[in-house]
Amino acid sequence: MSEILLEARHLTREFPAGKGRMVHAVTDVSLQIREGETLALVGESGCGKSTLGRMLIRLLEPTEGEILFRGTEITGLSAREFRPFRRQMQMIFQDPYASLDPRMSVRSIIAEPLKTWNLCRDREAVTERVLELMEATGVSGEMLHRYPHQFSGGQRQRIGIARAIAAEPSLIVCDEPVSALDVSVQNQILNLLKKLQKTRNLTYLFISHDLSVVRHISDRTAVMFLGKICETGDTETVYTRPRHPYTRFLLNAVPRPDPRRRETGGELLAGELPSPVNPPPGCRFHTRCPFATEECRRTDPPLRETDGRLVACHHPV
Amino acid sequence: MEQNTLEISHLTVSFPTDRGGFRPVNDVSLTVRKGQIVGLVGESGCGKSMTARAVMGLIRSPGKVTGGQILLEGKDLLALNGKEMRSLRGNELAMVFQDPMTSLNPVVPVGKQVEEAILLHRRVSREEARKRTLEAFRNVGISEAEKRSRSYPHELSGGLRQRVMIAMAMVCCPRLLIADEPTTALDVIMEAQILQLMRQMRDRGTSILFISHNLGVIAQLCDYTCVMYAGRIAEQGDTRELFERPVHPYTRGLLGAVSSLDRKGEELETIRGSVPAPGSLPAGCPFGPRCGLCDETCRGACPEPREISPGHIVRCFHAGEVPV
Ligand SMILES: Nc1ncnc2c1ncn2[C@@H]1O[C@H](COP(=O)(O)OP(=O)(O)OP(=O)(O)O)[C@@H](O)[C@H]1O
Ligand SMILES: Nc1ncnc2c1ncn2[C@@H]1O[C@H](COP(=O)(O)OP(=O)(O)OP(=O)(O)O)[C@@H](O)[C@H]1O
Ligand code: SF4
Ligand SMILES: [Mg+2]
Ligand SMILES: [Mg+2]
Repeated sequence: MSEILLEARHLTREFPAGKGRMVHAVTDVSLQIREGETLALVGESGCGKSTLGRMLIRLLEPTEGEILFRGTEITGLSAREFRPFRRQMQMIFQDPYASLDPRMSVRSIIAEPLKTWNLCRDREAVTERVLELMEATGVSGEMLHRYPHQFSGGQRQRIGIARAIAAEPSLIVCDEPVSALDVSVQNQILNLLKKLQKTRNLTYLFISHDLSVVRHISDRTAVMFLGKICETGDTETVYTRPRHPYTRFLLNAVPRPDPRRRETGGELLAGELPSPVNPPPGCRFHTRCPFATEECRRTDPPLRETDGRLVACHHPV
Repeated sequence: MEQNTLEISHLTVSFPTDRGGFRPVNDVSLTVRKGQIVGLVGESGCGKSMTARAVMGLIRSPGKVTGGQILLEGKDLLALNGKEMRSLRGNELAMVFQDPMTSLNPVVPVGKQVEEAILLHRRVSREEARKRTLEAFRNVGISEAEKRSRSYPHELSGGLRQRVMIAMAMVCCPRLLIADEPTTALDVIMEAQILQLMRQMRDRGTSILFISHNLGVIAQLCDYTCVMYAGRIAEQGDTRELFERPVHPYTRGLLGAVSSLDRKGEELETIRGSVPAPGSLPAGCPFGPRCGLCDETCRGACPEPREISPGHIVRCFHAGEVPV
C-alpha cells in the first residue's frame, strides 16, 4: 500500500453566525489520502465539502485539529515555512465566474501560476505552455487573447482548470471541477485528470455531487452529511452495498440516462438539510432518516468498521 | 386536435460582428404540446438559453430575431410590441433563469418580490397577493413559507432560491414555463426534488420547455427531446426513441460519453475537438470537424432536417450509419 500523503486528525471548523452562535461546518473529521489515489468527497450542498477541502490545503484554518503532509504537520507553519508546500497543493474551484479575473485575458490567467513559480524560461515558452493547456482542456487556441466574459459558462470552467493544472502540483483539491461542464468536455477533463495522475503521480481529493462521475474517477469515497463523514470506504464497496441510509438516498437520487427506468419519486429524500447552526443532537441524520430510533436521537454514532468500510450509523441497512 | 402550447418554426437569431455576424440560433423548429415537458439539450454555447430568450422576447441588442415564427397558443409573439410582450411575460409566459442570483433582487425579501410580481399582473389586494405568495411557496415545497418569505436571497440555499424562482414563475399560472437549467447548480437530492416538482406541474397542465445539459435529467423528465448543436437542432424525437435509437452522430456521441462513465478503469468516451467558436462555424455541416462520418457531402452543404419516423427528425446526411 502506498504512503499516506495527507492526513487530517479531528478537524473541526466553525464560522460565527451572529448573536454568539456558530455554523458547525465541519465537525471532528479524520481522514487519510494516500499518494497517487483519488479520494472522493460527496454529499449534499452545504454539508461541508468545500470547507474541508480548503482546510486540507490550508486555504482555511481549522478551528481544531491537525493536518500532516508527508508526515509534517503543516497546520502551525508560518507563511514562509509553508511556501514550499503551497505549490504542492492546488485547487480547482467550484465557481468559474468567481475564480476568473474579468480584466485578465485567457493567456494571462493561465500564465499566472507559470510565472509565480517560474516554470517557463521566457515569454514564448509561457505562450506555448498556455496553448498546450488550453488544448488539453478543450479551449480553442484562437481564444488566447479573449476575456472571460466572452465565454459561456462551460468554457470559463475549462480555463479555470487549465490554470490549476499549470503549476504541476502533487495534490489537487478538485472542488466540483466538472459539475458545470457538458458531458463530452467533462469526460475529456476526467480523462486528462486521470492521465496526469498516472504520469505524474498526482493525488486528488475530488469533491462532487455527481455520483456517476465519482464512481468512475475515485478509488475511495467519503460520504458527508452535515459536517461529518457518515460512510467511507472503497468506492465500489460503498456503491454496490451502501450501508448508511443516507448513502442509499444519495445513490438513488442520481438521474440515470435511461428513460425506461424512471424514478417515480418514491425513494426521494424529502425535506431540507437541518441547519448547521443548530445540528440535531444524536445522529445528525436522524431528522430525515426513516430508520431513526430513540438511540439515534440521543447518541451520535461513531464511524465503525462494518462490512469492509466505515459507517456511522446505529442501524446500518 | 389539441392545440400546441408553443410552436417555434425556423427561428433564427443573429448578432452582427466585424466578420459579417453569427447566428447563435439558426433555423430552429420545435413544438411543445399541451401538458408536455420538452427537453432542449446540448453542449455549452449551443444556443439553448438564446432560444429561450427569443421566446421570451428578451434578446439584447445588438442581437435580433431575424427569421422564423414563434406561436404561443397560436398567438404570434414576434408580432407583439414591447408593451404587449411585457404583459405576457410573467403571465402566460414565464421563465426560470439559469442563475437565480442574478434574477432576484438582493435587497428585497423574496416573499415581497413574488408579491410584486403578482401585483404587476393581477388586480388583487396586497393581502391577496401575500396569500397567493405563501400558497405558491408551499406548492413548490418551501417549508416554513411564512418565515422564508421574509428572507433575503443570500440567506437561502441554492435549492430554496431556485424554488422561489419557480414559485414566482408559477404564481400567474403560465401556459408555458421555460426552465433554463434549473437544477444545474443543485446537488442530486435537491435536483431530484425539483424534477419531481416539474412533473407535478406538468400533471397540473403546465407545458414546460426544459433546458439542460444533463442527459440523465432529460431521460428522467422529458416526454420529447431536442438535441441542439451550434445553433441548430441536430436531432429531435420522443425521449425513449431518441435514447434507444439515436441516429445523429452527435446524439450518439453524447450518449456514448454518458454511458462510458459506467465502465470503470476505461478511458471515457468523448467527442473529439470542441464546440466551434461563435462566428467561425465550419462550412457545410457544423458538426463535420468532430464527426467520424464526415465526408465531401457534409463539407459541401449543411444537411436539412429530415423526418425519419413520425416525430423523429434529424439533420445529418449519414443518419444512422456507423463509422468504418
Ligand atoms: N465563510 C463562511 N462563513 C459562514 N458560514 C460559512 C462560510 N463558509 C461556509 N459556511 C457554511 O458552512 C457550511 C458548509 O459549507 P460548504 O461550502 O463547505 O459546503 P459544501 O458541501 O461545499 O456545499 P456545496 O455543495 O453547496 O458547495 C454551510 O452551511 C455554509 O453556509
Ligand atoms: N450577448 C451576447 N453577445 C454575443 N454572443 C453571445 C451573447 N450571449 C451569448 N452569446 C453566444 O451565443 C451562443 C449561444 O449562447 P447560449 O447562452 O444560448 O448558450 P447555451 O446553450 O445556453 O450554453 P450554456 O449551456 O453555457 O448555458 C454562444 O456561443 C455564446 O457565446
Ligand atoms: S452530416 Fe455528415 S458531418 Fe454532419 S453529422 Fe452527419 S455525417 Fe457527421
Ligand atoms: Mg462546495
Ligand atoms: Mg444557457
